[in-house]
Amino acid sequence: MSGPRAIAGALAVVVVALCATRSAHAALQIEITSGVRDPVPIAIVPFARAVPADGGLDVAEVVQHDLEGSGRFRALPRERMPATPTRADEIAAPLWKGAGSDYVVVGRVSAMESGQVAVDFDLVNTLTGARLATQRFVGAPGALRNAAHRVSDAIYQKILGVRGAFATRIAYVAVDGSPPAQHFQLIVADADGANQHLVLESRFPLMSPSWSPDGQWLAYVSFETKHSGVYVQLVRSGERQVSARAGVNGAPEWSPDGRKLALTLGGSSGNPDIYILDLASQDLTRITDDPAIDTEPVWAPDGHSLYFTSDRAGSAQIYQIGAQPGARPKRITFGGSYNARPRVSPDGSQLAMVTLDNGAYRVAVQDLASGTVRVLSHGRLDESPSFAPNGATLIYAERDGERGALATVSIDGLTGLRLKAPQGEVREPAWGPFSP
Amino acid sequence: MRRVIVVLLVAASLALGACAHKRPKPAPPEAPDASAGAQGSGANTANAAAGADEEGAGPQAGLLATKVVYFDFDSSEIKGTGTDVVAAHAKYLTAHSSTRVRLEGHTDERGSREYNIGLGERRAQSVRRALLLQGAADAQISTVSYGEERPAVPGHDEAAWAKNRRVEIVYLTQPLAPKQ
Repeated sequence: MSGPRAIAGALAVVVVALCATRSAHAALQIEITSGVRDPVPIAIVPFARAVPADGGLDVAEVVQHDLEGSGRFRALPRERMPATPTRADEIAAPLWKGAGSDYVVVGRVSAMESGQVAVDFDLVNTLTGARLATQRFVGAPGALRNAAHRVSDAIYQKILGVRGAFATRIAYVAVDGSPPAQHFQLIVADADGANQHLVLESRFPLMSPSWSPDGQWLAYVSFETKHSGVYVQLVRSGERQVSARAGVNGAPEWSPDGRKLALTLGGSSGNPDIYILDLASQDLTRITDDPAIDTEPVWAPDGHSLYFTSDRAGSAQIYQIGAQPGARPKRITFGGSYNARPRVSPDGSQLAMVTLDNGAYRVAVQDLASGTVRVLSHGRLDESPSFAPNGATLIYAERDGERGALATVSIDGLTGLRLKAPQGEVREPAWGPFSP
Repeated sequence: MRRVIVVLLVAASLALGACAHKRPKPAPPEAPDASAGAQGSGANTANAAAGADEEGAGPQAGLLATKVVYFDFDSSEIKGTGTDVVAAHAKYLTAHSSTRVRLEGHTDERGSREYNIGLGERRAQSVRRALLLQGAADAQISTVSYGEERPAVPGHDEAAWAKNRRVEIVYLTQPLAPKQ
């Protein structure tokens, strides 16, 4: 499938990405753990390159890696390509059809007078000879990798009818060492694990990263004062604000309009309940008031209600409640003795959660209309699911032997990837929004 | 179908070492603030503010040398020797009314992280209530829950989990300010 040349190419790409940014942590390594039965055969021909932008990044290699990693595509190895066209009109469709590819992608990287770099690509159907897409992405020379992910997004959408989520970012927590000598890092990376950027490091736990809807801010929990605090931080500059009250400060989740956080506060009595914090006024609205543990709030996409975890009925289950004072909660999960840490799909139809399944903690998805639950992961200690912004994939944390790794699974459960740190563990992934 | 595409392994870490990447400078320690504060630009280094909450060894005589109370799975009930340990510390705190402790609640790794923060807090509060009932004063006691974030021992079996479901009684060196 991927020969030594492909591996060498991928290595070159990652090395470039690491050196080009302020890297925080050794890059994650990727394994495809499962794939669909009938992936779409596609050929991604090396792009013509007129500029040595971004250290000679191989755009076609990045696109191939994205599409194959989705499990929905199978790429033609370069050594089996019958020709090396770079424009749509140079493609002899029957030749590529004969090589087993239903689609061919060709493209060009060129310098513009403005100093920016343009990436053009064409997508051709080899069965009909029709040109399905021709598009240009323009950006700074250092953003070539992002342009490559945008090419992947466009191809994915044209062929599968769903917007791709390759040009997006994830946030996660990386941990080295064992207590009390632990080292925590909050990291932002491209959705494929490359291009890592250190947001914060601490000797004390960092938890629960959550993206603002515009992708500019992260909210998270830090224990740097030996007490929990909820912080909101501008990713680009590091500018940040803290909101810390007596007792537990946890589980921040941004509202869909970006103006509020739902969060958990314990107060001095130590009883965690759900609150909404207005970020501009710092006004606090209490949503739940129950002696149980109420935590892990998340907004419905319409912003009118929250889902949260509570053990008010004796064991952890998920409830829904209106996002205003005095609302009454409605229980949502009924199967099994433990359902927690809800996340809602972008279209509001599915609830992802951690469920206790035959003695193992696994990621499951409940259809909110029918109540049907499907268990999607197969580990023993899987947790922290987070939806891709296109709703097609979930990223979550798993324990692979002694270490925590990140994994993805498609919403149909058929396709999976694992993202593993070379040392230490990675956990609590949060998938960011589509970039504009 | 199981395909494994290894994208990078050792070479990436070697390459990392070869890169001239800057490590962000630690930001100056900042006093914890109850409301809001801003901090410098770029990546931050979070340093615990030293001073007010310095930890000490605390009393060592008899049961007082034990400063950990253990719990059953998903429970915050103090039981067995834990009851005697808490009673000994309650007696000590009652006799030393300016001494302060911080109760740090912990859980094992099973279940979701924020739910475990709630459970660790419930355990810390359980010890706090027991200390108060036996004569300690509210002002002597603070609580924090680390949930499953700071395990006492590594490992992923019942033996490790049992050691991690705990409340640590941490004695602080700064005495309680005398009442006006």
